[in-house]
Amino acid sequence: MSRSSYLFAGIFGSFAISCFTLVLVPQMQIGGVTEHVNEDEGTRYPVWNSRPGREVYIREGCYYCHTQQVRDVQNGSDMERGWGTRRTVARDYMFENPPLLGSIRIGPDLTNAGAKGWRNEPATDTSKPNRRDRMWQLVHLYDPRVIVPASTMPPYRYLFTEVKRGGQPAENALPIAASREGYEIVPTAEAVQLADYILSLDRTSPLPEAGALKSAAPAATSAPAPAPAAVEKK
Amino acid sequence: MAAVAEPAPVLTASQSPASVAPSADDRAAERARIDASARTPVLLFFLTALGWLLIATFFGFIGSYKLQSPEFLADWPIYTYGRVIPAFNACFAYGWCSLAGMGVAIWLMARLCKAEVKFPGALIFGALFWNFGLGLAVVGILIGENTGLEMMAIPRPAAWMMFIGYLFVGITGAALYRQRKHSTVFISVWYLLGAFFWFPWLFFTAHVLLGQPQLQGVMQNVVAAWFANGLNNYWFTAIGLAAAYYLIPKVIDRPIHSYNLASIGFWSWAIFGGLTAMTKLSGGPVPAWLVTLSISSQIMLLIPLVTVGKNFFKTMEGNHHMIYHSPTVRFAFFGAVIFVIATAINILASLRGADSIVHFTLFGTATNDLLLYSFYSMVMFGAIYYITPRLVGCEWLSAGMIRLHFLGSAYGGATAVAVMLCSGIAAGMRGLDPDAQFSQILYNTGAYLPGRMIGLVLVTIGHTAFGLHFLLMLLRIGQPAGQPTLFVSPGEEDQH
Repeated sequence: MSRSSYLFAGIFGSFAISCFTLVLVPQMQIGGVTEHVNEDEGTRYPVWNSRPGREVYIREGCYYCHTQQVRDVQNGSDMERGWGTRRTVARDYMFENPPLLGSIRIGPDLTNAGAKGWRNEPATDTSKPNRRDRMWQLVHLYDPRVIVPASTMPPYRYLFTEVKRGGQPAENALPIAASREGYEIVPTAEAVQLADYILSLDRTSPLPEAGALKSAAPAATSAPAPAPAAVEKK
Repeated sequence: MAAVAEPAPVLTASQSPASVAPSADDRAAERARIDASARTPVLLFFLTALGWLLIATFFGFIGSYKLQSPEFLADWPIYTYGRVIPAFNACFAYGWCSLAGMGVAIWLMARLCKAEVKFPGALIFGALFWNFGLGLAVVGILIGENTGLEMMAIPRPAAWMMFIGYLFVGITGAALYRQRKHSTVFISVWYLLGAFFWFPWLFFTAHVLLGQPQLQGVMQNVVAAWFANGLNNYWFTAIGLAAAYYLIPKVIDRPIHSYNLASIGFWSWAIFGGLTAMTKLSGGPVPAWLVTLSISSQIMLLIPLVTVGKNFFKTMEGNHHMIYHSPTVRFAFFGAVIFVIATAINILASLRGADSIVHFTLFGTATNDLLLYSFYSMVMFGAIYYITPRLVGCEWLSAGMIRLHFLGSAYGGATAVAVMLCSGIAAGMRGLDPDAQFSQILYNTGAYLPGRMIGLVLVTIGHTAFGLHFLLMLLRIGQPAGQPTLFVSPGEEDQH
């Protein structure tokens, strides 16, 4: 072989080793993962999350600040923060195309943002909301700093519209004053979809490979929390 | 001290200039023919790369400012943080870095193989196709058409269009190699040949795999991480090192210190550099062995770090004054030093203890910026300062403007990166404490962001000076050809 052939063979060989080791072997290992069937309860996990809000989440690039992966205890304080009860594994994402794992946490992890007991405040913090319902999410999307003063999240006001107030406030009107008298702020369909998607995120179902088959949902504390209604105006 | 105009190609330690017999005039005429054949496409690559650099600077500015002032441009959907950042990434990596890299790579390949570009039209077509695809990609991302896959966010049709554009460049590069006139293959050519083949394999494989239904769930993130890592190591770093290996010995007019070291550095980078990808998914939902393998490979990058680093330092030994004279050497050697630092930081940050602290912070963004900006882009700047005069027939107008560019890019870039590294460590350390309010951690690290903005302002000034200077060169407004524009002419320095 000439010197050039060696060079070319080496270039190809190094690429082939990289592709084989980092792509093909893992594909053989986790590429064919299937649902976990809970024989006792007759349930299957995971289930396909078809909520349209996922598309809004992708479009707005939410995953550039929010992760959807919980690391094991030795890799950080994810679980102690209340973001999850077990580490996430490949099976959690088997229906996601693509999984929105994220790589930077400028905002909190949202793996289980819709799960009972999810929190982003220290366990001892008494001011935390006891429930983040759809209205909480909508207010937070409209103006994050109404709820978390130190937040650096962008407001998504363009997912809301101001409409003329009818006889009584619309069912989904935000408890925030509109810019004009006689108007109220209502979410667009996309804002509602996004809020519902966030509230659908729940990967707490136990999986054998995640080392948590005991049902260890963090106890939801019942501390009194400011309802969104408490934030009448900014 | 007209080292730059020195005609004899300083190539290998083994190759003596006497082995190629033609006279100096013949060689100069040959180089002129080669430069003429590559002129239009290479200048087109540089010009469009610069355009993307300025657009990227604009997006980088907006993105960075929004981190501290989220209300800034908040009512414009296209400027929301989650769209500006992928748009910035695309403009920077595929616009500036890739186009500048392709221009430099083609010119270097032509010069090192002493081969003329047979079909400059193919390169022009490739450059236009790439630019068109990238334009669609950026518009697509801004209107919300990203793929959802962080490291491969470009809409697929636009990505394939860019790939078709690339093929014209890659095939030209391979053709130049086949036409080479001498049997000894200089180390830069190894890296260039690697880049010309690795990039399309990587791009093609990753995009085809992502189209397969069998590639379910997390495997898509695995492929994206593999692709992003390959892009850095097999594409940008390969071209960056090729250019540095060419420019530094050439300008200071002495051969590379050790050819064996260069060889070890190349092969260790080729093998281990391709296996480090999964540190990006450290702690994530992937098999643990995958991450462990990548961490060990990251540690093995100590070999290229030491060999490549030692080679550059030894080559420069006794010639450090050239940093004060030659803009090309100043940029390229700065880049080479940063290559060593960036690789070292990447090794340290990949270790499990360190990674669990900095993994999800701006630290990762900072190390990527360090590699792509302070190493790679600086070498590309140096290469463009070296190549452009040979293509347009005049020298750069003003040493002051080059100096301004260097100050802005070197110190501004380093400031922005250093500040983000610190903010990443601070946020990561604080984040270990589960009783620390998450929003407060970010709020506190926000104190670092003004430092990053200062860095970005400097960088913007540097890029503006560079852009203007380059346009003047295209208009042939400059110093007469023959004597390179130096920071300090040798006579002046003697008086110091």
